[in-house]
Amino acid sequence: MALGKGRPAAVYSLGDISSPIAALALAAAGLWLVVGLAVGLAVAAPAAGPVPSPALPEPAAKTPERPAREFHLPRSFKGNLPITELSEEEATLHALDRLAFGPSPGDVQRIEKMGLAKWIDRQLDPASIDDSVLERRLGDLTTLQMPSSELLSRFEFPQAQAKREGISLEELQAERRQKVRQQIADLRASGRFNPARAGLIRVDGTPQEILAQLSMAKMLRAIYSRRQLQERLDDFWFNHFNVYARKGVDLWYLPSYERNVIRPHAMGKFEDLLEATARSPAMLFFLDNWLSVDPGAFALHREEVIARRRQAMMMGGCEFLGPFANPVRVLRCQQRMARQQQRRQPARPAAKKNVERGLNENYGRELMELHTIGVHYTQADVIAMAKVFTGWTIRQPRRDPAFAFDASFHTPGPKRVLGYKIHAGGIKDGEQMLHNLAGDPRTAHFICFELARHFVMDQPPEPLVDRMAKEFLKSRGDIRRVMRTMIYSPEFWSRQAYRAKVKTPFDLVVSAVRATGADVRIALPLAQWVGRMGEPLYLCEPPNGYPDTAQNWVSTGALLDRMNFAIALGTDHMPGTDVDLAQLFSPGATGNARQALQEAFAAVLDNQVTAGTRNTLEKRLADPQILEAKLDDPVRHVNEGLILGLVLGSPEFQRH
Amino acid sequence: MTITRRVFLKNTGIAIFGMTAMPMFLRNAMAASTGTGKRVMVVLFQRGAVDGLNVVVPYAERNYYSMRPTIAIPRPGQGGGDGARGAAIDLDGFFGLHPNLAPIEPLYRQGLLAVVHATGSPDPSRSHFDAQDYMEAGTPGVKSTVDGWLNRALQQEREPRPSTLRAIAASPNLPLTLRGQAPAIAVPDLRQFKFFGSPRLVETNFEAMYANTVDKVMRGVGQETFEAVNTLGKLDPQKYQPANGAVYPSSHFGHGLREIAQLIKADVGMEAAFLDSGGWDHHVNEGAVQGRMGNLLTDLGHGLSAFASDLGPRIENVVFVSMSEFGRTAHENGNRGTDHGHGNYMFVMGGAVKGGKVYGRWPGLAPEQLNQDRDLKVTTDYRTVLGEILRSHMGIADFSTVFPDFIADRPSNFLNLIRS
Repeated sequence: MALGKGRPAAVYSLGDISSPIAALALAAAGLWLVVGLAVGLAVAAPAAGPVPSPALPEPAAKTPERPAREFHLPRSFKGNLPITELSEEEATLHALDRLAFGPSPGDVQRIEKMGLAKWIDRQLDPASIDDSVLERRLGDLTTLQMPSSELLSRFEFPQAQAKREGISLEELQAERRQKVRQQIADLRASGRFNPARAGLIRVDGTPQEILAQLSMAKMLRAIYSRRQLQERLDDFWFNHFNVYARKGVDLWYLPSYERNVIRPHAMGKFEDLLEATARSPAMLFFLDNWLSVDPGAFALHREEVIARRRQAMMMGGCEFLGPFANPVRVLRCQQRMARQQQRRQPARPAAKKNVERGLNENYGRELMELHTIGVHYTQADVIAMAKVFTGWTIRQPRRDPAFAFDASFHTPGPKRVLGYKIHAGGIKDGEQMLHNLAGDPRTAHFICFELARHFVMDQPPEPLVDRMAKEFLKSRGDIRRVMRTMIYSPEFWSRQAYRAKVKTPFDLVVSAVRATGADVRIALPLAQWVGRMGEPLYLCEPPNGYPDTAQNWVSTGALLDRMNFAIALGTDHMPGTDVDLAQLFSPGATGNARQALQEAFAAVLDNQVTAGTRNTLEKRLADPQILEAKLDDPVRHVNEGLILGLVLGSPEFQRH
Repeated sequence: MTITRRVFLKNTGIAIFGMTAMPMFLRNAMAASTGTGKRVMVVLFQRGAVDGLNVVVPYAERNYYSMRPTIAIPRPGQGGGDGARGAAIDLDGFFGLHPNLAPIEPLYRQGLLAVVHATGSPDPSRSHFDAQDYMEAGTPGVKSTVDGWLNRALQQEREPRPSTLRAIAASPNLPLTLRGQAPAIAVPDLRQFKFFGSPRLVETNFEAMYANTVDKVMRGVGQETFEAVNTLGKLDPQKYQPANGAVYPSSHFGHGLREIAQLIKADVGMEAAFLDSGGWDHHVNEGAVQGRMGNLLTDLGHGLSAFASDLGPRIENVVFVSMSEFGRTAHENGNRGTDHGHGNYMFVMGGAVKGGKVYGRWPGLAPEQLNQDRDLKVTTDYRTVLGEILRSHMGIADFSTVFPDFIADRPSNFLNLIRS
């Protein structure tokens, strides 16, 4: 594989039954019974298709070797976009593939009418685009808008609930499973069971509902938002500043993190985004900085606390009565306190261990390596960086989490990090550091490299990255202007970049649903498919986020799942998602398999199909499964869904 | 003449399991054969940098206890409130296993499990991602390597018609360790490794489409996929019954080991298997006997123990090895966790292993003995361990491409932990 080197594949939680999404994915297996029945019923004769002829000589439909041809597209279409290597149709598709999540029915025509340059301008200014259709679809997902404090009070920690009910966590989970089974059985019995809802029933009222709603919202936004570039950048930045939903309390913080930290800054200033993540309870918790304190400061603090406690001891814990209280009341109170103290005693030795606290290097390191400059630091930098951010913590982490700076835990004095001298004092140490990092040329290069790798190709040309980095520095990290620089570069529109990226599982599922113009009522099963292909949403455990290059996503297991997904969606067996074949195919296609195939190529691949795929499928159009006879109808109908599924699973559709 | 245990075992089939044997188990073990005898190497990557000092505990080191006031594992027999279960399990008078690894203690006693301590990569990086890449590529410090050490090792063995299933990762995506020229596939879940619905038409169409595409990457992966589906489709993972009453934990790790055992027993031609486990990065509240790391070790212990008994006599052909990108600081940090360190431990398990011993030179934990004043030193390059397994167990002679610039094939370097 002529591919660059990226991160090792992150493999987490697919087999983890405790993960709701994964558990739900297992439930999705049940769906296959349905598919099996539906498709299998049509099997009449075993007439095996001919063995495919070995590698036909390909008419160069689209190969890198094809001689460069220069296109002169009209100004009205391309404006100042430097497009010379792509045709008008190719440029349109390329824009929809990279700056959006692939074309939806009508998108290509809309761009051709409006002009590509104008469409891009509008995408770069998302506020100018009405997105009320999406807002309506998100209406049911009530947790999205809740502040963390509300989520924390509404969705009790399972451990706390078990304790309150006086049972063990396992018993609580067993009870819950039993209740869900009963509920589904009841629905089945009354004929009102909808398989698409099974996953929702399982998480209903539990903290996992937060994750389910987040995942559904992510799917719906990518599929239906008209502000497509905004959604692409949200996805990119969340992944860049990744937070893992299953680390402790972070699940409760995530809706607010995405809503208030990532989304508002996705096309804003990088420095604002960086600072928002640094102050977010989600990141402070995920990378442990909320616990990082200066060891010296902590010892000092502990002495103060001990002194205060000692003083309190003299009053026996009854100082709240005031210095002039009735001595009898004080005595009674002291006796009461002593009794309580005695009762508490057994727990104390364990509690004593909790007092030692100190520096934590986790955030300091990842702030440099992953968020800003890349791997250009020493261990001394990591320690100094951790000191800069001591005292950056979370106020009321389990009730009403908010950023707080606790000066008493901050390391005093000047620090040297990455050649910067930090001597602002207090919270200003960290603020100054973030400002320095955001404007560092290494950060500009690192961020622009990641953007170019995501939007252009796995190994982006260095001149392109340099040009973007220059704009990054000039505009003080204005993401919109950097994106504009990238889009207005010839590299973005090069033949080499065209259909060069392999779709991530998320890209694949979203683009397939968009291509079919399907109506998604319950997006959870789609999200589960994304997880099954190796990209469970919000569940990337390492802080570096999911990888962004082909070799991480092209593998046997994942490819099989991609094909299975394609057939499930095409044959309209995706719970919660309706594919309207009557809308997608013309009436004439029902009786004409060749025509149906043509229409599927047009709808899914915009006719960017290679001869290999075309020949393969055309050869098998007479198969009885494609031309199926129904029991009550002697006329044979074309199984359009199957054709659609096959085209959705084609090699061409794996790239964009 | 010395009868090696290997020969002994081949003849009796059950000798090593005598200690824990049950009647049913005995019968099964007698009935089972060692199959086609293909040698297999199973690699576990513990992602996130496992704290090796709390897995294989140097309990005789005084410094260990002073450096870890809240997370140390008590000396054997000093388990406090938890009694014997709350203390390290003595291995050799110096090292002890974390108590939650009790299920694999018998494997150590029977000589199937060896430990290498103070091992790791010579590269000083404390970045998870760089260090994982370096370790998986087998070229510490070199960023440009695009394939993995195990894949390059498989390229050494030239078979007339190599099986597509020679190398399998029990994960959705192929890890760097297995990426490269030699065929290797990712199988996240055997039960779902098939075309659903009506396979015939769908499969033939997809197979032909991928065989005929000009997209080389897709064509290659497609071909591997269809070959794998054809073979693995014949297995019936739903009905798979682990042998000898083995019960795998219901975790990602347990599931992966169970499938690897099934593949080994199915004789599909697998020579290398890979799985990984995550969640080892404990900067905060690592716990000691109980706690987050303790829970993960329970999973590890039960998984390995089930794997060994499930394999039965076939363990003769298998060597399992574990690794992690680096170790953790010898001192605990201010949050009752540990930060990124350097030296670590490795487990090596299998019939060919000279187990029951902790290998490697122990560098000590006194302040002047630490790496950069904070971590366990690396005294055994992890490639020495892998190299010996590759050479002595897998029969790979030429290391010039497997571990370039690292002379692992000089027998004097080897720890001599594998019977050849």
